[in-house]
Amino acid sequence: MEREKLLEVKNLKQHFKIGRGRVVKAVDGISFDIYKGEVLGLVGESGCGKSTTGRTIIGLYDATDGDVVFKGENVHEKKSKADKLKFNRAMQMIFQDPYASLNPRMTVADIIAEGIDIHGLAKTKEDRMNRVYDLLETVGLTKEHASRYPHEFSGGQRQRIGIARALAVEPDFIIADEPISALDVSIQAQVVNLMKELQRDRDLTYLFIAHDLSMVKYISDRIGVMYQGHLVELATADRLYENPIHAYTKSLLSAIPLPDPEHERTRKRIVYESTSKGPVGRSDEDSSIPPLREVEPGHYVSLTDEEYEAYKAQLV
Amino acid sequence: METILSVRDLEVSFHTYAGTVQAVRGVSFDLKKGETLAIVGESGSGKSVTSKAIMRLIPNPPGEITNGEIMFEGKDLAKLSEKEMLKIRGRDIAMIFQDPMTSLNPTMTIYKQIAEGLKQHQGLTGEDAKKRTLELLTLVGIPNPEARLKQYPHQLSGGMRQRIVIAIALACNPKVLIADEPTTALDVTIQAQILELLKDIQQKTGTAIIFITHDLGVVANMADRVAVMYAGRLVEKGTVDEIFYEPRHPYTWGLLGSMPRPTDDRNEALPAIPGTPPNLLDPPKGDAFAPRNPYAMKIDFEKEPPMFQVSDTHFASSWLLHPQAPAVNPPRAIRELALKYRPDSAFAKSFTKGGAE
Repeated sequence: MEREKLLEVKNLKQHFKIGRGRVVKAVDGISFDIYKGEVLGLVGESGCGKSTTGRTIIGLYDATDGDVVFKGENVHEKKSKADKLKFNRAMQMIFQDPYASLNPRMTVADIIAEGIDIHGLAKTKEDRMNRVYDLLETVGLTKEHASRYPHEFSGGQRQRIGIARALAVEPDFIIADEPISALDVSIQAQVVNLMKELQRDRDLTYLFIAHDLSMVKYISDRIGVMYQGHLVELATADRLYENPIHAYTKSLLSAIPLPDPEHERTRKRIVYESTSKGPVGRSDEDSSIPPLREVEPGHYVSLTDEEYEAYKAQLV
Repeated sequence: METILSVRDLEVSFHTYAGTVQAVRGVSFDLKKGETLAIVGESGSGKSVTSKAIMRLIPNPPGEITNGEIMFEGKDLAKLSEKEMLKIRGRDIAMIFQDPMTSLNPTMTIYKQIAEGLKQHQGLTGEDAKKRTLELLTLVGIPNPEARLKQYPHQLSGGMRQRIVIAIALACNPKVLIADEPTTALDVTIQAQILELLKDIQQKTGTAIIFITHDLGVVANMADRVAVMYAGRLVEKGTVDEIFYEPRHPYTWGLLGSMPRPTDDRNEALPAIPGTPPNLLDPPKGDAFAPRNPYAMKIDFEKEPPMFQVSDTHFASSWLLHPQAPAVNPPRAIRELALKYRPDSAFAKSFTKGGAE
């Protein structure tokens, strides 16, 4: 069955100038598709470009190069106000820090309804408030919370407000940038459950960016691993864990401590020796990595010819 | 094994405009020579305040140790004067803080920051201090230590800075090392390196470590014994195997259950702990965890449970351990681990008896 592609990222690049002709190649030519109704996890260490990828897709940064095609339309070429509005309504974002991402001087109702106002979704004041109440209940808060200010809420509750704000304009696609890493363990599970539930009920598609690999595995259908601005491996969540192929993925997976002392006593960490020069350089320098190859159906890995031959030999 | 630090009935309060916050409400534990004790809990559980009280780093006002004693080498740290405490802090008991970005002084060179403690506590200056600093930098795995001496913190990566923080803590061969979420701000691969380093140092120097964290994966990796805190109290303590394979407190079940495991079925909801921790301005009557506890009984809302002894090393404060309590089945993830690793334990055998889940 051919699944519908909701988002196509083609050779996306995001370079930041740091002076003297040097640039940081935060994202350096990555390509992937996101299918309708799936959760694509994006993992990697800080500085690997995963957040920049998310922010560039939604247009918070102007891409240096490459295309983002959403529902068949190239979104970064759209410049008219009407086009942008339409795009912004379809794609929303949930941010990492629930303390910094809510305006402290606005009430919860105004924060959630900002999108409703901009897109003119509510016909009357009453309609607007009813929508806010519905959204609050959807994310596990109550009507009474609408008139309060962000500082009156805990981190987990704030993240729920952030989720309600994203849902307010009835988007198809949500980019969640480390939505749980600032929360306590017991609250993380609550928020992840809520996000999964919403995804099922509302037929949403997520790009879930995180560094907590256990949580990413739990929520994602497919996972992409980023390293220094490149996508080095992309596979279904199960296959990535069962059969990681890229040396960096192996090192990342082997570094996660699990809540199981017996497992921890025998866990061997694999150390990844990077051969790349790193993300800082001149903009005309080539920092490309070996191409992604499909080593098994749906499992893509960046491998050199030699590595690919070695991998095939080991299969026999 | 010999006990090196003994905390008894520790209570710490903070006097705020809104009232008195009882951050730590009667905590007792022993730390043995050369072991790693992990203190686990969520933010606001009192785990960091407990460690700061041991170091006497609670700002007064607004904070105050209102009760209890902290016995170390025959002295009660809770009652020492600041002048006496200065001799112990950083020498016998040292601390590693969470955020290596803020716990180093940005205007001092690496050498000056490490040598500060050496001069203060051991009177080392000049070449001696330099020699010892280089030793420490080598011990914590900093490449090319000579070149680092004149560098400033901003020239180093997060992992390298945390190594410097560890070097400062180790400068005077402390008997007790308190690590307050030392790897929370770091990436998993860097975290793994720092944990390996701490274990390695413990083996070489024999220092006892109090490891404060909310990450149960890190606990499983590091700890010999574990103490679980909730709302300012210790709710369960035991060896690392007891806590992970035979946990008795419903809060420990909740914490262990809410961590996803690679084998989890993605179609099932994660067993989250409902609700939020209580406000310690006005701690609830009875067991503070009762409102979030699916296993709570009537008595949990009325009377605080005492510490029940499960084994020589294992204690838990839950009415479920009372002889008259009904048998309950812990969450599935907990049962699975117990049946896998401790099929013959009394805990695992109690499951088959049935009872409500």
